[in-house]
Amino acid sequence: MNILKIAHCRKQFDGKEVLSDISLTVDEGQVVSIIGPSGSGKSTLLRCATLLETMDGGALRYLGKSAVRDENGRAVYASHAELKEIRTCFGLVFQNFNLFPHYSVLKNITEAPMLIQKRNKAEVYETARDLLKKMGLADREDAYPYQLSGGQQQRVSIARALAMKPKMLFFDEPTSALDPELTGEILKVIRDLAAEHMTMVIVTHEMAFARDVSDHVLFMDGGVIVEQGNPEDIINNPSQERTIQFLSRFN
Amino acid sequence: MTLTAMIAKMSEGLGRTCAIFFLTLLFSLPLGLLVALMRMSKNKVLSSVTSACISVLRGTPLMLQLIAVAYGPFYLFGYTLLVKEKLLAIIIAFSLNYAAYFAEIYRGGIESMPVGQYEAAHVLGYSKHQTFMRIIMPQVVKRILPSVTNEVITLVKDTSLAFTLAYMEMFSIGKQIANSQSSFLPFVIAGVFYYVMNMIVAFVMSRCEKALSYYR
Repeated sequence: MNILKIAHCRKQFDGKEVLSDISLTVDEGQVVSIIGPSGSGKSTLLRCATLLETMDGGALRYLGKSAVRDENGRAVYASHAELKEIRTCFGLVFQNFNLFPHYSVLKNITEAPMLIQKRNKAEVYETARDLLKKMGLADREDAYPYQLSGGQQQRVSIARALAMKPKMLFFDEPTSALDPELTGEILKVIRDLAAEHMTMVIVTHEMAFARDVSDHVLFMDGGVIVEQGNPEDIINNPSQERTIQFLSRFN
Repeated sequence: MTLTAMIAKMSEGLGRTCAIFFLTLLFSLPLGLLVALMRMSKNKVLSSVTSACISVLRGTPLMLQLIAVAYGPFYLFGYTLLVKEKLLAIIIAFSLNYAAYFAEIYRGGIESMPVGQYEAAHVLGYSKHQTFMRIIMPQVVKRILPSVTNEVITLVKDTSLAFTLAYMEMFSIGKQIANSQSSFLPFVIAGVFYYVMNMIVAFVMSRCEKALSYYR
């Protein structure tokens, strides 16, 4: 069963087309990586999929529920209530974490499940503590974000997203704000999630990681998907000129 | 008149000085937030009208605004302000004036918040209202506290402008004594009073800043 389905997504900024006719389907348990140069539209695609950016044309569905439908080439969004419901299907991990600095680690993770999903406090705290343990941060629940390293902050933000029990997770360059040492710890967390069959879409510049962790890789440039397929093929033996050029440094 | 007699007489006006101070804060702090939100409204008419009002309130002397509120009703409707309505006029003028300044401070604070905070809350399902009250505003308060302290200190000193309407707060009493006794001493006493009040303000505000220093 597919969790996410994007069809013919189009997006313009000031008349300049940044996404043209992008389609993408993500099945349950699948890990999809999106690679490509800066300005290729991969982050915009992620922001359209997570409803942070409105698309101009195309359709977007989560678990068969329509968030955006296409009407004569124009994107029509579902009602406020429907979108609110759909938003619970996914979580998003940002490049620069975006933790709430005035909340402790525990409150960062527990507030939304209690406030938004109206879940039971004891259950939410238990879930949050389990997640922190899994992230190797069991002893930091009372810390504030500024007291943590970048890698720790990113792990908290992953825990915050997971505490909402989403059907899938998006990662927007989760390691780009981290030094190489800290990058490793975040990639390990994502690998562990992949091993648990978490459905994920990851925008990344870590080519080896994308190759090893994903089931499917997309290479984007200039607002289009230039090439996609099996990670080994795309990253080790790209067929398109533009992909070869982009990956030449890596290979 | 002895020094102690002067101090005693002027102290009688301190209650009124404090009334102006606290009532102005009570009304202008929330009003300022409302004005800031109107100023930032997507509605072009609302935001330009608000912005024009702020411009006038900040661009003309508070003393003039006091006179306008106190004597405007007479020139407009032939209504003369009763003595017991003087405080009301003062509080209206002060609250509007200070709300204009606070509004710009709030706006600066709100606009300085990184967009990522809104996005993170949005993705987690927070409503606009929840995002503003729980995520944005608490951080804004911390950011704007030093600027608010500046305004509050100015307010303490501005209460002396009430003498324009012959409202008998501490400074007006001092001015009266100075005239009748041909003495400069009441002004010195007034200076000390204001200074001490502002030491208290600075102390309280630094306590507030400390209370919010648990995060960065």
